[in-house]
Amino acid sequence: MSTARAHLEVLPRSIQLVLWLGLLALLAFPWIGSDFHAQMVSRMMILAIFAMSLDLLQGVTGLVSLGHAAYFGLAGYLLAFMTPPGEPVSLWWTLPVAVLGAGLAAAVIGFFVVRTQGIYFIMVTMAFAQMVFYLFFDNKVLGGSDGIYINFKPDAVLFDLENKQVFYYFTLACLVGVYLFLRRLLWSPLGRTLNGIRINEHRMRAMGYSTFGYKLTAFTVAGALAGLAGYLWGAQTGYVNPELMGFHMSAHAIMMVILGGMGNFAGAMVGAFCFEYLLHLFKDLPTVGGFQMGKHWQLWMGSFIVLVVIWAPRGVLGLIQRFGGDSDA
Amino acid sequence: MHEILLSARHLTKRFGGLAAVNDVSLDLSRDEIHAVIGPNGAGKSTLTHLLSGDLPSTSGQIQLGAQDVTGWSADRISHHGLGRSFQKTNIFSPLSVWENIRLAAQSRSTPAPGNPLGWWLRADAHAGVNQRAERALNLARLSARRDTVAGLMSHGEQRQLEIAMCLATEPEVLLLDEPLAGMGVAEAERMVELLLALKQDHAMLLVEHDMDAVFTLADRLTVMVNGQVIASGTPAEIRADANVQAAYLGEEHA
Repeated sequence: MSTARAHLEVLPRSIQLVLWLGLLALLAFPWIGSDFHAQMVSRMMILAIFAMSLDLLQGVTGLVSLGHAAYFGLAGYLLAFMTPPGEPVSLWWTLPVAVLGAGLAAAVIGFFVVRTQGIYFIMVTMAFAQMVFYLFFDNKVLGGSDGIYINFKPDAVLFDLENKQVFYYFTLACLVGVYLFLRRLLWSPLGRTLNGIRINEHRMRAMGYSTFGYKLTAFTVAGALAGLAGYLWGAQTGYVNPELMGFHMSAHAIMMVILGGMGNFAGAMVGAFCFEYLLHLFKDLPTVGGFQMGKHWQLWMGSFIVLVVIWAPRGVLGLIQRFGGDSDA
Repeated sequence: MHEILLSARHLTKRFGGLAAVNDVSLDLSRDEIHAVIGPNGAGKSTLTHLLSGDLPSTSGQIQLGAQDVTGWSADRISHHGLGRSFQKTNIFSPLSVWENIRLAAQSRSTPAPGNPLGWWLRADAHAGVNQRAERALNLARLSARRDTVAGLMSHGEQRQLEIAMCLATEPEVLLLDEPLAGMGVAEAERMVELLLALKQDHAMLLVEHDMDAVFTLADRLTVMVNGQVIASGTPAEIRADANVQAAYLGEEHA
């Protein structure tokens, strides 16, 4: 039996090293990469925030949500609604409103779904997300299936988000901030409580923990952080559509967390970068003998995830840890 | 008579047509061990679940201290001074022994979920929690195992850990469901010693199959068969009871 997935708060040296190298690479990237690539990396960072928010549920609390994209997309839409067609809107009130709005939606939906367990939890989170999806998909007032354009990036006054480099570093700051917040959480009484709930919820209740409240809190905070990612996504791409809340988006986040390794947030981040990188790699595959390999990227991605789950169940970081020589038992 | 800390009246639990626990009344008093014995399927574990709030009772009443706790959830009852162990070992196997006990102790001082302090403080720096956990660790004689992964310990040590986790919540009433099950002779002896030491200040319900241990430990005995109490009294009274001899001791204690 291994303690690696149990005492999540302790991060092995090899993984710490990977994270420092990653941070340096991200800091330096805009100076070496092209604008196009910097934008791609911004996207990866946003998805990394999204994946970490899901990891709070999936890896720490043991709640597998198949509807997490609902809160991601909702915050993007909130930004779209708040941005007038002809001028930018202030970052300083729209960002909190979008994050709180996503958190509020998660609190309301969580109030119902957190009562359910296991497979029922998965089904009910998905059902709610589909409801949100079709609410936007079917209503012209909410943009309908075409979505809504966001013509201006939010106005931050102190810095100019229209500048791609500035936006890049702003996203990086959010990524680091969310990571530090969540890492700190693992050391806190609440983090330990969530960890206990994942391992043995029944025992937690017998010891006096009213687990409903803790799970609902985790669900709400995870929704709010997904909202932060969704807001950044809307701002960066200048466009939101129902796909952002769709089933695929939710499923991708789960795959990112599994790909990187669950429960310590570092894995979710690494998983998001790997997933996006592979996605581009597979989409660019050439056509061989009339078979468009790139068009069927999902086939390659699916196979890859299956291989990871079989041979590296603790994800990419689990592999790095093993080859880095950190014992985990 | 000692102070009564828990009293159950006319507890009944039906699963469909089956009355797993049928009109059971019993009292637990401070400084006393009250053993519940009976053949398999007699409803002893179900009774424990009813008292701890793990299962809702179909009818009847439970009084804990001065409080009527009938229908309360397990976590609420726990906060009212009741701790329980489980028949099947129920611990956090991947966590260290210390974290198992610390988590139990923390249940008494975790900030409410919405309190941001609960997100920010360091869990292992809480003096009160550490003190409670340390005390439970020592009481259960697990100090040497502090950093061991709980799931890697022997069965007997895991049973000790169960008790330590109970104690870390500082209960007045202890419900112990077969604490000796599956233990070797030496381990069982140590556990009996531990239970005797815990008798002080606690009111204890002991469900147990080991008759030697039961008659060594118990101040009062209740005998259940098919969900019903067929006899209740001191060990001497129970030994002399003709019903009990016929229904239970006769076969198993021959």
